[in-house]
Amino acid sequence: MSMNTQGRPTGVGTVGTGASGSALIPDEPLLFEIGDTEHSGVDLPDVTFSGDRLGGFARKSKLDLAGLTEPEAMRHYVRLSRMNHSIDSGMYPLGSCTMKHNPRLNEKMARLPGFSDIHPLQPVSTVQGALEMMNQLSHWLLTLTNTAAVALSPKAGAHGELLGMMAIKAAQEAKGEAHRTVVLVPESAHGTNPATAAFLGYTVKPVPAKDDGTVDVEAVKAALSPDVAAIMLTNPNTCGLFEPQVIEIAKAVHDAGAFFYCDGANFNAIMGVVRPGDLGIDAMHINLHKTFSTPHGGGGPGAGPVVLSEALAPFAPVPFVRKTANGLELVEHIEGDALGRVTAFHGQMGMYVRALTYMLSHGDDGLAQAAQDAVLNANYIKARLQHIFSVPFPDYPTMHEALFDDSFLRDSGVSTLDFAKALIDEGFHPMTMYFPLVVHGAMLIEPTESESKQTLDRFCDVMAELATDAIAGNKERFTSAPTKAPRRRLDETRAARQPVLKWEKPADLPQAAE
Amino acid sequence: MRYLPHSAHERADMLGVIGAADIDALFSAVPKSALKSFDLGLPAHQPEFLVEAHMRALASKNHAAGDGPFFVGAGAYRHHVPATVDHLIQRSEWLTAYTPYQPEISQGTLQMLFEFQTQVAKIMGMDVANASLYDGSTGTAEAVLMARRLTRKNKIVLSGGLHPHYRDVVKAYLKDDPDLVCLSPSPEGQGDILQQIDGNTAAIVIQTPDFYGHLRDLKSAAEAAHAQGALLIVVVTEVVSLGLLEAPGALGADIVVAEGQSIGNALNFGGPYLGLMATRKEFIRQMPGRLCGETVDADGNRGFVLTLSTREQHIRREKATSNICTNSGLCALAFSIHMGLLGEAGFVRLARLNHFNAIKLADALEGVPGVTVLNKTFFNEMTIRTPQPAAGLVERLARRGILAGVPASRLLPNDRSVDNLIILAATELTTDADISALAAALTEELA
Repeated sequence: MSMNTQGRPTGVGTVGTGASGSALIPDEPLLFEIGDTEHSGVDLPDVTFSGDRLGGFARKSKLDLAGLTEPEAMRHYVRLSRMNHSIDSGMYPLGSCTMKHNPRLNEKMARLPGFSDIHPLQPVSTVQGALEMMNQLSHWLLTLTNTAAVALSPKAGAHGELLGMMAIKAAQEAKGEAHRTVVLVPESAHGTNPATAAFLGYTVKPVPAKDDGTVDVEAVKAALSPDVAAIMLTNPNTCGLFEPQVIEIAKAVHDAGAFFYCDGANFNAIMGVVRPGDLGIDAMHINLHKTFSTPHGGGGPGAGPVVLSEALAPFAPVPFVRKTANGLELVEHIEGDALGRVTAFHGQMGMYVRALTYMLSHGDDGLAQAAQDAVLNANYIKARLQHIFSVPFPDYPTMHEALFDDSFLRDSGVSTLDFAKALIDEGFHPMTMYFPLVVHGAMLIEPTESESKQTLDRFCDVMAELATDAIAGNKERFTSAPTKAPRRRLDETRAARQPVLKWEKPADLPQAAE
Repeated sequence: MRYLPHSAHERADMLGVIGAADIDALFSAVPKSALKSFDLGLPAHQPEFLVEAHMRALASKNHAAGDGPFFVGAGAYRHHVPATVDHLIQRSEWLTAYTPYQPEISQGTLQMLFEFQTQVAKIMGMDVANASLYDGSTGTAEAVLMARRLTRKNKIVLSGGLHPHYRDVVKAYLKDDPDLVCLSPSPEGQGDILQQIDGNTAAIVIQTPDFYGHLRDLKSAAEAAHAQGALLIVVVTEVVSLGLLEAPGALGADIVVAEGQSIGNALNFGGPYLGLMATRKEFIRQMPGRLCGETVDADGNRGFVLTLSTREQHIRREKATSNICTNSGLCALAFSIHMGLLGEAGFVRLARLNHFNAIKLADALEGVPGVTVLNKTFFNEMTIRTPQPAAGLVERLARRGILAGVPASRLLPNDRSVDNLIILAATELTTDADISALAAALTEELA
């Protein structure tokens, strides 16, 4: 058996006993172990020419890329795919991620050549339908949020957050308030919030949460000072609660000359039911891949348009679409106070098409119903499980997520992680764990509106049975889990201490004996 | 509503279990003034066929690249994507999975990312690549910040041949930064970037093939940068070029950023695209974005996990290398499948075919009276000078059904010196008939 420098098996057929490679659970070698530099699944003419125009920069180093013919490639990627859990194959209750059904009409529409086969820099007169589509999407986003302007181009939620905070920074500078260098971030915030603020040179000042899991307006007032540029607040918050004092918080922030950035990751709970603009927000990103069902794709691509209040609208980045007498115009260059450009071209067009298709399918009645069903489902899970799981914040109904802590596991020897891994053996994707940080051993469950009552009942039955078993002391079932997945638990420490980040030909590696 | 599973009866049952009188009771934390206090005035839900008709009507108002001769490039390129690629990426297990936070049930995505990182590292000639970034432009901004962290120096010099949108993104990320030097556009050739390197320089950023299609000398740039302790960041907007051009890593690049859209991904009017980033082994702890690494499971079987996440925001919060949370997973999958289908043999043939067609295009354009091709070197893209302002000319050609390239003024509206320049690309999809049609139409328009 060949070993690499870390003494790990690298070749074909080196996978040991385990549960893999049998029945309908495939195991699959690496592309480089089955393909080679001669095989190809694409027929292209081998052109010859004299007098290249490469100016002596032609490649001399070897590429060494493995190729597969079409049938081999099909099998490789189909077999790999079967080692993934997905929304289509089972419930995926990852809190904060909104893993809802991805309608296939959206995919079909995004692939119309009139959307997929157009170039971002072809003449504007030849893409009027694309601009109209962007305008319609903008109209829906502005209407659903009751805000003044929208910047569509950010590539993901965190990118939208960056843009929104850049707009706030630019607005403060335009007011002559560049000395405002502090951003308030509640302790329960997503990690992207403090990372974004720090990225822009702000000092992050945490705001403690109240015992009931919400942000205290008095604590915000106490933290506000002439140095504060903005607050970054998630609403509904990461504990799954609607901030009851959000309007008072917005007022206090504005009175202190600061802006209100709202993390819109949880917009799915309130779309069509509450308009963030009515709450006093100045900027909010909207994750089209969460709320508006564009596929998560194994981790992106996302899309994070940002809606802006009247006060921030002049600082929107390019590009944006505007109406003129001659049709729709794409504004691509800075005017006035705008902060420039945060990505090449016009953003995630493919995601805009999917999101608008989703909106038109639902209508405003369907979107509100979807939000209400998402909230109903989370409360149903909480109601069915609260007799055995511990609820850290029982004072308010939850929104679209049910949050539990790990106190029900006390003295069981089972951790939140173990519990989640046992869920895998029962056919469910685990919930989000250890987030938000303000709750010990957090389990954040977001069922979304896509799950039927039947599925929710089965999920709750499994959760209750697991909890009972953990409390009864059957520790082994949890600490050894998962046992039925394509892999058992993976050694993450080893991966980080001795990083192997690409495949090396066994012949190129020093042979190690172990 | 076809996407919502509950019947009215089930909703009532569930409210009963919860002990809520009605759905509004679950929204009791929302201030009364803000709860459903409006009529949105948006259309109600619609059957699938009506939504489809609506979207088709919008799509039909656009001139698709496949509708006629097409030469538009400048950072996004129209290549053939094999049917297998689009079929595979729509499989449920790829399309509707999320970030592989639970590696035991995400080995498909993780092994694919490991293969992807290997492919990217190989074509760039670098030690390691990450699991992708949003796109080439944001990747360039991230590379600049990474170079500052690595060198603890501040000055960044952007070549005049860098795509103007990429320059603008770096400028937005480093707003009003006095240590950012952006050289003037240099459509005629190399420019003077090497003279800008001094002891305070963190990195120089050079694109090749550059915005105008010229191939740049990376080796001397790397030597000049390294002599002052600065890094060379290489930007590639047409990744197919690496099938024919020397790998930046072999020429001394320290960080390579590329737009990977050309392989596996459609034009999509600008997104979603695929940022590629590769670097030297010793720099990985300052590299932004996700990384997938090999390890073993409890039974000793090979497996893959996301690793080195102590660089990332969900662990490090305000001390993270970047605020990036996502990658461009499905686009990376499309890239990896397409590259796996091509293999070395196919990738090299694809690159040769692109160059072959570009030579034919350049020769045909040279034959148009009044037109000058500015490039001595190119891969599949070139810049021409025309006797008339380019914007109007391109617009008139579009009315004839020919999408003739990008007027440089579209990206550099304040630089009068580029008013008569058009940037044109040829790919494997460009036919002799397309080239003849362009040359004939251009000859007529300029007559």
